[in-house]
Amino acid sequence: MVHTTHPISDSVVKLDHSAKISGRARYLDDLPMDGVLTGRMLRSDRARARILAVHLPPLPEGYCVVDRRDVPGDNNVNIVKDDCPVFARDTVEFIGEAILMVAGPDPKEVERLLREIRVEYEDLPPVLDPAESDTVFFEYHYAKGDTEAAFREADHVFTETFHTGYQEQAYLETQSMQAEPHPDGKVTVRGSMQCPYYVFSAVNRVMGGDPGKVQICQEVTGGAFGGKEDYPSIIGCQVAVAARKAGKPVRMVLDRREDMTCTNKRHPSVGIYKVAVKGGKVTAMEIDFLLNGGAYTTLSAVVLQRTIISSPGVYFVPNLKVRGRAVKTNTVPNGAFRGFGGPQGFFGAEMMMDHIARKLGVNPLEFRVANLARQGDSTSTGGRYHFHVPLPEMLEQVDAMSDFRRKWAEYEKPQTGRYRRGIGLSFSYHGAGFTGNGERDLIKAVLRMRKNADDTVEILTAGTDMGQGLKTALVKIAARELDVPLEQVRIQNPDTDRVPDSGPTVASRSTMIVGELVRRAACRLKEIWKSGRVLEVEEHYVHPEFLIPFDAEAFTGDAYPTYSWTVQVVELEVDTLTAVPKVLGAWGSFDVGTPIDEKVVIGQMEGGFLQGIGMGGMEYAAADGSGRIRNASFADYLIPTSMDVPHMECVLNTAEYPEGPYGAKGAGELPTVGGASAYLQAMEQCMARPLNHVPYTMDDIMAGLREVEA
Amino acid sequence: MIEFTLNGAPARYAGSAGDRLLDVLRNTFRLTGVKCGCKEGECGACSVLLDGALVNSCMVAMGRVQGHSVVTIEGYRETPQFQALDAAFAAVSAVQCGFCIPGMILAADCILRKNPHPKEEEIREGISGNLCRCTGYNAIVKAIGLAAKEGEGLW
Repeated sequence: MVHTTHPISDSVVKLDHSAKISGRARYLDDLPMDGVLTGRMLRSDRARARILAVHLPPLPEGYCVVDRRDVPGDNNVNIVKDDCPVFARDTVEFIGEAILMVAGPDPKEVERLLREIRVEYEDLPPVLDPAESDTVFFEYHYAKGDTEAAFREADHVFTETFHTGYQEQAYLETQSMQAEPHPDGKVTVRGSMQCPYYVFSAVNRVMGGDPGKVQICQEVTGGAFGGKEDYPSIIGCQVAVAARKAGKPVRMVLDRREDMTCTNKRHPSVGIYKVAVKGGKVTAMEIDFLLNGGAYTTLSAVVLQRTIISSPGVYFVPNLKVRGRAVKTNTVPNGAFRGFGGPQGFFGAEMMMDHIARKLGVNPLEFRVANLARQGDSTSTGGRYHFHVPLPEMLEQVDAMSDFRRKWAEYEKPQTGRYRRGIGLSFSYHGAGFTGNGERDLIKAVLRMRKNADDTVEILTAGTDMGQGLKTALVKIAARELDVPLEQVRIQNPDTDRVPDSGPTVASRSTMIVGELVRRAACRLKEIWKSGRVLEVEEHYVHPEFLIPFDAEAFTGDAYPTYSWTVQVVELEVDTLTAVPKVLGAWGSFDVGTPIDEKVVIGQMEGGFLQGIGMGGMEYAAADGSGRIRNASFADYLIPTSMDVPHMECVLNTAEYPEGPYGAKGAGELPTVGGASAYLQAMEQCMARPLNHVPYTMDDIMAGLREVEA
Repeated sequence: MIEFTLNGAPARYAGSAGDRLLDVLRNTFRLTGVKCGCKEGECGACSVLLDGALVNSCMVAMGRVQGHSVVTIEGYRETPQFQALDAAFAAVSAVQCGFCIPGMILAADCILRKNPHPKEEEIREGISGNLCRCTGYNAIVKAIGLAAKEGEGLW
């Protein structure tokens, strides 16, 4: 086991602690409303329709209506493919799509005006089932080896299909943005976001393309989990257009139901696996993934890439043929959620491997261990696992914590009585950073560090802290290299007028990539340090040299420079009388490289693991027959409370990554990747049958118990 | 005119008795430590103390507070009990996005006033009406237990 305890890991008080715990931290909607108009959106209540006419009531003075005709530039939000309109075009494509905004000084009057607007629609037949969609947004293929030969020569071939559902990010602070027009035509857009420069590009395009006239400022952000990667670009464009028209600042804060109806979620997926086994080893896989993209492409291309790259799981599969598609439906567009396609891929891989072992009559854990990838093996895309794969020792760690092997054998025996138990285990990884050459070719991160005359130092980065602790991590790194107290290093919420584009705060990249830029900047600053002088250094991303170049068309080469690893165990008990499941325990080991702050990292692991468990069981959302998300509130979409997983233990197993600061790798998304399959495997033992979908809800348990009775 | 005690001082509200306490605290009194997470009584981000009991302020009409005492995080942060919770939450890094935290702190106070030496299950039950999406709750539960220990005698 590679295990280090670096002094950087010693925890400090989080930089955002005092402001938040005292209630002094100001999230966007906590800023004074003086002179700021309230914006509220009129949204489509049809899944697919042509807008024939919009009838407006008389508008009192000081109120205005804003729609696509008010967009000075291009009415398309720059995300990946720019097909998502700022305000609806001639047709609406999903329930919740923005048609127009009403803005004015009194929120109640704005609501009244919204209620009086009449929209005439001509309904068009919507496509709600991705299997019936004939609009393929993205289709990717990749292959390695000779799958045909492997299937021909196999001892056994197995085929199965797996489903995952929607998952809602459920950040506690809803989406909120505000735009302020300036006399010179400039617009400032501020609010809750992960990626100031994404919002910058989007607003710039919509406002007419003069980058000097756009400023984006992040405010304190109340959770994001991917949900504030692209959506702030959409809402940012909407308020920018409104502020320009009104000539006054306009703030839009979504209410919870609105947020859950019209903002992106985790893509529902269908994964079909065909697997060849010879001599106890997996020799080939053919995998076909279908993601429900929703009405617009938004981030589906990139999510799909991660799904298909991770779809063979942590196993060494010499022959592989993978197809992935993301298709259009007339439902809410899906996008980024912690794990970013990985949870769907690993769910399929882990369940498939477990089921194959059961069909072969061998121990599922032993079968999986025998097929684990090792250092030097080729990855799914024919890259290489350049570093040690620590899963075997992490398995022993988690087995010791959870007593997995003994409990698993115990729960395999026929169970009788009211309460049935089960335990499941998952292996997974998260590839840290952007897929392929994204960091080098698309992001090109830049970071600046400024030393003031009073010898304080400011880190200038677009990296955002949404609670995950990035400010704390970056300041710790700078202070350590500069050998100054933490208080001497400052970092503010990013403002694009002041900070360079160090990339979006996504993809578990910030500590590993931006953190390394901070470390290098601090080293350089220290070399030229002169007390009392103003100094500034700038650092640029450098692509690691050891990588096998990634071909983004063929999906060959190193998709990621390195991987974070996790082994997760979930133990369940099902009450067969009430169909209520209870999580008896959850245990996880996590390798994120050197933790830059141990308690912060453990907090990330615990919170992320709980979200993964939620994906497995209680977090259920679906569109109804009209295409409306019918679980659009915290009453209908349940996220775990403090009572749902009363016993969770997370530990770290540290394998250093030489290109990350002090050996750090990506951390944020890893813990959410493996929870669903561990949960479902535990449920399989409780229900004494193979299962193929998550979330496996109480309704599913009830239906399953009835089947047994019948 | 609705008269009540707000963070220990007399307060008057001239608006409707049907207005939400949450909106009045945030908009009229500018007490923005009270957060709005759902406006449906599900998330607990708007928790305040009403005569010492934890309530979701989005579910309370102003008429209900006539003659009663309301404490928000802005008032509570001036107490020694807050200092103990503050130190404990800091020591275990229990604050992430922070949106649930003012409500969580008031929930913690309620737990500890009822029972200065709560068991872990009792802490978990006491905060079960306050959703947190970031932490997985472990650190928060640990922090409340630590505050009980370090703040011995305060509750």
